Amino acid sequence: MEILALNPPGSEKDIEAINARLETLDPDAAKSVETCYQCGKCTAGCPAADQMEFPPNQIIRLVQIGQVNVALKSVGIWRCVSCETCSTRCPQKVNIAGVMNTLRLMARERGIQPADREADMFHQAFLQNVRMFGRLFEPMLVGIYNMRSMHLFHDADKGPLLLSKGKLPLFPTSSDSARVRRLFKKALESK
Amino acid sequence: MTYAYYPGCSLEGTAGDYNESTQAVCRALGVPLKEVPDWVCCGTTPAHETNQLLVTSLGVKNLASARSVSDKVVVPCAACYNRLKSANYEISHDKALKAKALNAAEVSYDGDAQVLHVIELLVREIGLEKLKAAVKKPLKGLAVASYYGCLLVRPERIMKFDDAEDPQTMDQVVAAVGGDVVDWPGKVDCCGASAAIPHTETVLKQVNQILTDAKACGADVVAVACPLCQNNLDLRQLDIRKKIGKDHNIPILYITQLVGLALGLSASELALQKLVVDATPVLKAKGVL
Ligand code: SF4
Ligand code: SF4
Repeated sequence: MEILALNPPGSEKDIEAINARLETLDPDAAKSVETCYQCGKCTAGCPAADQMEFPPNQIIRLVQIGQVNVALKSVGIWRCVSCETCSTRCPQKVNIAGVMNTLRLMARERGIQPADREADMFHQAFLQNVRMFGRLFEPMLVGIYNMRSMHLFHDADKGPLLLSKGKLPLFPTSSDSARVRRLFKKALESK
Repeated sequence: MTYAYYPGCSLEGTAGDYNESTQAVCRALGVPLKEVPDWVCCGTTPAHETNQLLVTSLGVKNLASARSVSDKVVVPCAACYNRLKSANYEISHDKALKAKALNAAEVSYDGDAQVLHVIELLVREIGLEKLKAAVKKPLKGLAVASYYGCLLVRPERIMKFDDAEDPQTMDQVVAAVGGDVVDWPGKVDCCGASAAIPHTETVLKQVNQILTDAKACGADVVAVACPLCQNNLDLRQLDIRKKIGKDHNIPILYITQLVGLALGLSASELALQKLVVDATPVLKAKGVL
């Protein structure tokens, strides 16, 4: 196992940036990840903890000791489904879900490839779909995701069933799509 | 008063039954809804975890359109509800973000569209007394476990929907229409949400536990208020049967379908045929249908 240096250069700035974002996300939550005392309650209630190499409490610990880079490359931050159970239950009012999302946004800003390819491909296919039509067209989302991820027959048994139940629309509805495309462009290119 | 109505993408697809039953219930109660003009996707989790400005901009674009119809917008999907309410919160706390979002969305908007979930419409706007008075066929003897999931109740400080660990609002609706309220521990457990497609195993584990708890506490059906939850709890029972070998066979109904039944609306008006696990046998056995 790799031995990690405590507080590597630059880590203080990363911790500060995370704390500052937590403050705008929720002024009533803990001001700093420092307040976490590692009780593990966040991990106990996390539906995805068993899929993470670093569960929520360890992600918080990594940030505390300046190992933000390790956290950014972890699978765990992408397996998190933003259910907010952790932040609701933390006795120290640490906004763990906010840390998780901040780390995802940081990873994207820094061009770090998400360690969980499937979840990332699914989310990007979703956004492309919305960017194209203004609204999500569910059948196309699943089709594109299956193609890119090479899980070609994922949920293939569900298609006919959903169709027969009248749950799948056959054509996309587009809405205000020119403006939505401009919105995406402006938002994604803004500094 | 007329309410702006934001159906959201799922209600045009896999949750068509939620759309039909919400509109049918509002018609029956004499509540006028007007669809938000040119509404677009709220962005939900994929946008939320990709770019803050993107997700806030999609939110304000929709809220500004809603505001052109009414100062109150009704949202049945818990994920859209959470997102639109969060967008209001974000622009009130971060002025720089607000300015950029208004610019990207090409709108002017000041956070003054009040976002209401359809349950809030029933409880806080219409009122439980009026709802009770409109009941024609009480859901007597039908044991209903209300499942809130995550997005309606969390984060508590932004949603301000109800207590985040033991919410009661949906249970009050169930009681008002004559159903038996099931007291159970799974109310606010996460169903695995958007992991359904990339990581089905997380969803199967969660759903299996939730349904086991609901049944152990005597539920005949589970009531939901979110298309993502409905799909995970209903459709994934097929995978649970195949992969875990457990046959739950418990119907998962939208709260609006249950309210509609009590108001005397027909199974087809409420699109009950769209449910994967057929609700007809238990509803007939209990004399509700
Ligand atoms: S629940 Fe809060 S205090 Fe406990 S380990 Fe998690 S973040 Fe730390
Ligand atoms: S928000 Fe993420 S980290 Fe927190 S409990 Fe939910 S899945 Fe786990």
